[in-house]
Amino acid sequence: MSERLKVSSNPHIRSKVTTHGIMAAVVLALLPAAGFGIYNFGVKAAILLGVSVASTVGAEFLYGLLVKKTTVTDLSAVVTGMLLGMNLPVNAPWWVAALGGIFAIIVVKMLFGGLGQNFMNPALAARCFLLISFPAIMTDFNCDAYSGATPLAMLKAGETVNVTDMIIGNVAGTIGETSMIAIIIGACFLILLGIIDLRIPGSYIVSFVVFVLLFGGHGFDLQYLSAQLAGGGLMLGAFFMATDYVTRPITIKGQYVFGIFLGIMTGVFRIFGPSAEGVSYAIILGNLVTPLIEKMTMPTAFGKGGKCYVKK
Amino acid sequence: MAKLTFLGGIHPYDGKDLSKDKPIRTIFPKGDLVYPLSQHIGAPATAVVAKGDRVLVGQKIAEASGFVSAPIYASVSGTVKAIEPRRVVTGDNVMSIVIEDDGQYEEMKEMLPVKPLEQMTSEDIVNVVKEAGIVGMGGAGFPTFIKLSPKEPEKIDYVIANCAECEPYLTSDYRRMLEEPEKVVGGLKIILSLFKNAHGILAVEDNKPDCIKKLKELVVGEPRITVKALKTKYPQGAERTLIYATTGRQINSAMLPVDAGCVVNNVDTIVAVYRAVTEGRPLIERIVTVTGDAIKEPQNFRVRIGTSYSELIEEAGGFKEEPEKIVCGGPMMGFAMFGTDVPTTKTSTALLALIYDEVAASEPGPCINCGRCVEVCPGRVVPSKLATCAEHFDEEGFLKGNGMECCECGCCSFICPAKRPLTQQIKSMRKIQLAKKKK
Repeated sequence: MSERLKVSSNPHIRSKVTTHGIMAAVVLALLPAAGFGIYNFGVKAAILLGVSVASTVGAEFLYGLLVKKTTVTDLSAVVTGMLLGMNLPVNAPWWVAALGGIFAIIVVKMLFGGLGQNFMNPALAARCFLLISFPAIMTDFNCDAYSGATPLAMLKAGETVNVTDMIIGNVAGTIGETSMIAIIIGACFLILLGIIDLRIPGSYIVSFVVFVLLFGGHGFDLQYLSAQLAGGGLMLGAFFMATDYVTRPITIKGQYVFGIFLGIMTGVFRIFGPSAEGVSYAIILGNLVTPLIEKMTMPTAFGKGGKCYVKK
Repeated sequence: MAKLTFLGGIHPYDGKDLSKDKPIRTIFPKGDLVYPLSQHIGAPATAVVAKGDRVLVGQKIAEASGFVSAPIYASVSGTVKAIEPRRVVTGDNVMSIVIEDDGQYEEMKEMLPVKPLEQMTSEDIVNVVKEAGIVGMGGAGFPTFIKLSPKEPEKIDYVIANCAECEPYLTSDYRRMLEEPEKVVGGLKIILSLFKNAHGILAVEDNKPDCIKKLKELVVGEPRITVKALKTKYPQGAERTLIYATTGRQINSAMLPVDAGCVVNNVDTIVAVYRAVTEGRPLIERIVTVTGDAIKEPQNFRVRIGTSYSELIEEAGGFKEEPEKIVCGGPMMGFAMFGTDVPTTKTSTALLALIYDEVAASEPGPCINCGRCVEVCPGRVVPSKLATCAEHFDEEGFLKGNGMECCECGCCSFICPAKRPLTQQIKSMRKIQLAKKKK
C-alpha cells in the first residue's frame, strides 16, 4: 500500500450539511411565495425578482473579482436577491431593484467582510435604504390587480378587510409577502429539513399577538388579530428574515429574547407608528441588538451551573 | 421514564454493522512485538530487561516509574531484540522494547500475586490492578488503580461501567459484552467490593438491546447492580455525559468523577481487572476492531498487545480498495495514522480504514453563525466563538467563554456546515492553556 495517507486532527467524519446546501434549500423554500407573487402580480413581478437576483449575484461576483476571492458559489447572494425582490412593490422600476441589490451586497455584506460578517440582514437593510430614499415608489401598491392600500393600511384606517384573501394572498402588498399559505409551506420545508426552527418565529409571533391583544385597542377581536398576523411582512419576516443565521443571536436563550424583542417592536411600529408596517424596521433593530443579546445569554457551561454537583 | 441522556450530541452514521456480527477472533503475531514505554497517561515506564534477555509471556518488561505510571508485560515469549525509539500511532518516536517472538508462548508460572477472591483485601485488589499494568482501555490510558483507590472510598456512590460504546464503527465492547458478559459483571463486582456504599451501573446505549438483555439476566439477584439503557447518541460514553445521564450529576473540567462520587471504567478495563484478580493475568491482550469501508473483512480481534497494526489489516483480508485515511480509534476521537507499521498498545480500540477522507474533501468556509455547534455541544459552550478566539489567540475571550470546558468530542466540527475545524482550533488553544497552568 502507498504510504501517502491523509492525516488531520479528529473528528474524521463530517455531516452532509453544507453552507451551499442550506442556501439552496432556502432558495427552494422561498419559491412558493415568490411563485405566488408572480401569479398574483403578473410578469412584472418576475422581472423585478430576476433583476434583483441578477444584481445581488452580479455584485458579489464582481466584488469577488476585485478582491480575488470567489464567494458567489455559496448561493447566499441568491437568497439575498430573492428576499429583496420579494420585499419590493410590483410597481417599482427595475433600477430600484438593481440599486437595492448592489447596496445589499456591496455596502451591507461585502464591505463588512462578506458572508457571516454582516451585522444586518442585507435584503432588509437594502429595503429600508430604498424606503428612505424612494418613499413614494416603495409605498405605491397600486397595480393592475389591486388598487389602493394594503390590507394593513386599510385596517389602520379602520376599514374592514377580507382575512381569507389575506391568508391566500389575493391582496396588495410587496411581491413575496402577501400569501401567508405560500410562506408557511416554504417555512415548513425548512423546519422539516432542520434548517430553521420555531424558536424565533414562535416567540416573535406569540409576543406580537400578546402585544396586539394588550395595546391594539381592539380587545380580543379574532378578525383584527388574524388580519394583523396575515398582513404585511410578518410571516415572511418571522420565518425567512428574522431566522437569518448571521444576524440573529447564536445562543438558544438569546433566540427567544430576540423573537420577543421583534414581536414587541413590530407591535410598537404597527400600532403606534405612523406607518401600518413595522416588520422590516423591527428586524433591523433586532439585528443591531443581537451582539448584546448574545453577550447576555451566553449558556452556562456543563458542570458550571446551579445544578452542578457539589461534594458533600 | 424519560430516556437517560444529555443535552446536545450528534447522530453520525455508526458503521457498526460492518463488524458487529463477527465473533471475536484470536490472532497470533507474526513479526516482532513492540512495546512503547509510554502507552498510558503519566510517566513512561522504565525497562527492566536488556537486549538479548529471554522473556516469557506475562513477564514484566518495564516497571512503573512514579505514581501515575503503569508497568508493561511481555505478551509473547522470545528475546529482547532492542530497546530503541520506535514510531507509534501519533507519529512520534517513543522509546520501545522490541521482542522477537519465538512462537512458543511459554508462560510465566506466577504472573501476579493473587489469592482466592474472598481472601483478598481491598488493598490486595488495588495492588493487583496496579501490578497488572491496567490503564483506561477506552483510549485515555489513565492508570486504573488510581481510580480505584480514592482518598475516601466510602464516599463513592456509583461505580459506572461504561458500556456505551458511542463512538461510530467500534464494536469491540459490544462483542465483549455479548461473548463474555459474566466477566464484565464479575469485574464490576470486584470493583464494587472496594466501595461499600456504592451502587453498580452497567450503562449501555440502547442500540445494543441484546447486550442489555444478557446483562440484565446476569444481574438478576444482584441488588447492588443495575443495567441502565442510555439513549444512543454520540458522545454518550464520554465520562462527563455518562455520569450525567446515569446519575444526574454534573462535573466540570476541573473536577474528577470522584468529586461527584463516581468511578467510571470502560468494559475492556473491567474485564482486564477481572482477569487480573481472578486469573492473575496482567494486561497483555485486548480486543481491537478492524473496520472501515476499505477493509475486506471487518471484524474484531483478540490481539496480543504489541502486535503491529499492519498484521491486523492482513488478518482482516487486507484492503478492498486503497484507503485515503487510516484512523487509530474511532472516527470522532481517533488519531489519523501516518503509516500502519506501528504497534497496538493498551489503549488501541480500533483501526478504521476509510476509502474517502471527508475532511480533506471539505474546504472550510466562513462561519455563517448557524448555531448548529451550539446545539450539539455537550459542554454547553459556543464552539464557533471559542474557535474564533483560538484563531486570533484571544486567550481572555477563550477562557471567559469557558473554553476549558470543551471535552474535545468533535461534535462541532462534525456538524459545521461551513466545515470549519472547530474542535481542532479549540483543542490547540486548550493545550496551550493546560501547559500554562502546569507551569
